Amino acid sequence: MTKRNFWGYFVPYGLWLGLFVIAPVALIVYQSFFNLDHQFTFANYADYFQSGVYLKMTLNSVWYAFLITLFTGLISYPTAYVLHQLKHRQLWLLLVILPTWINILLKAYAFIGLFSQDGLANTFLRFIGVGPHQLLFTNASFIFVATYIQIPFMILPIYNALDDLNPALVNASRDLGATHWQTFRHVIFPLTLPGVKAGIQAVFIPSLSLFMLTRLIGGNKVITLGTAIEEHFLTTMNWGMGSTIGVVLIVAMIIVMQLTTDHTKGAAK
Amino acid sequence: MKKLSRLYLILVFVILYVPIIYLIVYSFSQGDTMTNYHGFTWQHYRDLFADPRMLAIVADTLLVALLSALIATAIGTLGALSIQRTSKRVTRDVLLNLNNILMVSPDVIIGASFLIFFTTLKMPLGFGSVLLSHIAFEIPIVVLMVLPRLREMSPSLLSAAEDLGATTHQLLTKIILPFITPGILAGFFMALTYSLDDFAVTFFVTGNGFSTLSVEIYSRARQGINLEINALSGVMLLFSLLLVGGYYLLQQNSRKRRARKQHNREVPQ
Repeated sequence: MTKRNFWGYFVPYGLWLGLFVIAPVALIVYQSFFNLDHQFTFANYADYFQSGVYLKMTLNSVWYAFLITLFTGLISYPTAYVLHQLKHRQLWLLLVILPTWINILLKAYAFIGLFSQDGLANTFLRFIGVGPHQLLFTNASFIFVATYIQIPFMILPIYNALDDLNPALVNASRDLGATHWQTFRHVIFPLTLPGVKAGIQAVFIPSLSLFMLTRLIGGNKVITLGTAIEEHFLTTMNWGMGSTIGVVLIVAMIIVMQLTTDHTKGAAK
Repeated sequence: MKKLSRLYLILVFVILYVPIIYLIVYSFSQGDTMTNYHGFTWQHYRDLFADPRMLAIVADTLLVALLSALIATAIGTLGALSIQRTSKRVTRDVLLNLNNILMVSPDVIIGASFLIFFTTLKMPLGFGSVLLSHIAFEIPIVVLMVLPRLREMSPSLLSAAEDLGATTHQLLTKIILPFITPGILAGFFMALTYSLDDFAVTFFVTGNGFSTLSVEIYSRARQGINLEINALSGVMLLFSLLLVGGYYLLQQNSRKRRARKQHNREVPQ
């Protein structure tokens, strides 16, 4: 392919980059400097940092995202670890991926039924003698459902990291007299840390921005950054403030990416 | 220890699948709640297929998914070709990073920024805006699926064709495209599932008249349990299973073909 012809192929993709990647990000930053009357102002940012409401909401959202990521990680690491030792692991892995192909709304909807007064969860609680409880529209149910949805996205990168791990290193450690726990603590876990980081990346940011779960499951008690943006854009129509929160979310995303991307690996390549 | 870990794995899989099975089971239950199974019926499926509004939405959703996936696959493939052709490493890294912005951005940010974008251009919200948004967020995944295949291609293959007098067009249609077809198909399938799965972006840019399944499920689920949604999830589950099946068959096929080629190369006749 000659250079001249090559640029012709680049045009549609280049247009997409300009119109749908760069322009929207620029527009959301631009919009964050305008108030409800379309006047240029820094008031949105002043509001955000001075009125405690927004900062508290952000902290709350980060806290919930942290909890969701923590629980997802605690459940997923052992799952990936055991899964990796199985004989038909490819098949089991497929079974982990399968739920991600089912529409997220349907999964959330299933929990409305499961957690209802006479739903399966309460039937179970009654059976073991501690129920029934109000489950739907509580913070705990929000964290549970969010964790449920994110688990496959955490298992996959950890599984891949375990797969990349050279078994000779594990054998060497055992031969040198390390216990199972020591091998895990000093060999397996450090070497699979990139997978855990990739998992955190895949779970933490979406957890900050979930908004339909807060409505359907959390009963509007938990306000995440995502819920706040959705409300400002589609309910109160205050796009300036919505964009400001959006910019905060983008900054949070960049920070998380910086913290979880392996820089040493990139440099070595 | 081994027994314990098996038990743990089974528990995780039970939690992963209970909500999905629960949904499907109650799609066959008489009555109108997701509690206390009332006996088998096809009624909810009959209701679903007799609901003209729902059928129109299903048709719209499939149309958007297919059209957007086709267009995104075309543009994404061209994009991958041009990224691969850039000789400067810096340019390529910049292009790849730009490509990945929409992959890592939270849905809410994509939705909100596209909403600003369409409003700035004074574009009416509806089918067009939803289609354009879906194309936009599907392109990067197509690029990521096609690029590895392009990297696997040996440059001597291209030089040989060029030496033998192939034009750019011939080079593309006779050599490059057949080689990267598995990647293109994988990209198409991923784009299709991204489109069918999306809720947040569509929710922002859909306006009033137009709706996709996810948005419709959301608005119905907010009003509570409606077993027609369960029936719908049954149909969608079947559809996703077919998609997953098709995708894995495709992967398996190309893997086998590659393995055979490798084998032929290693054992000279």
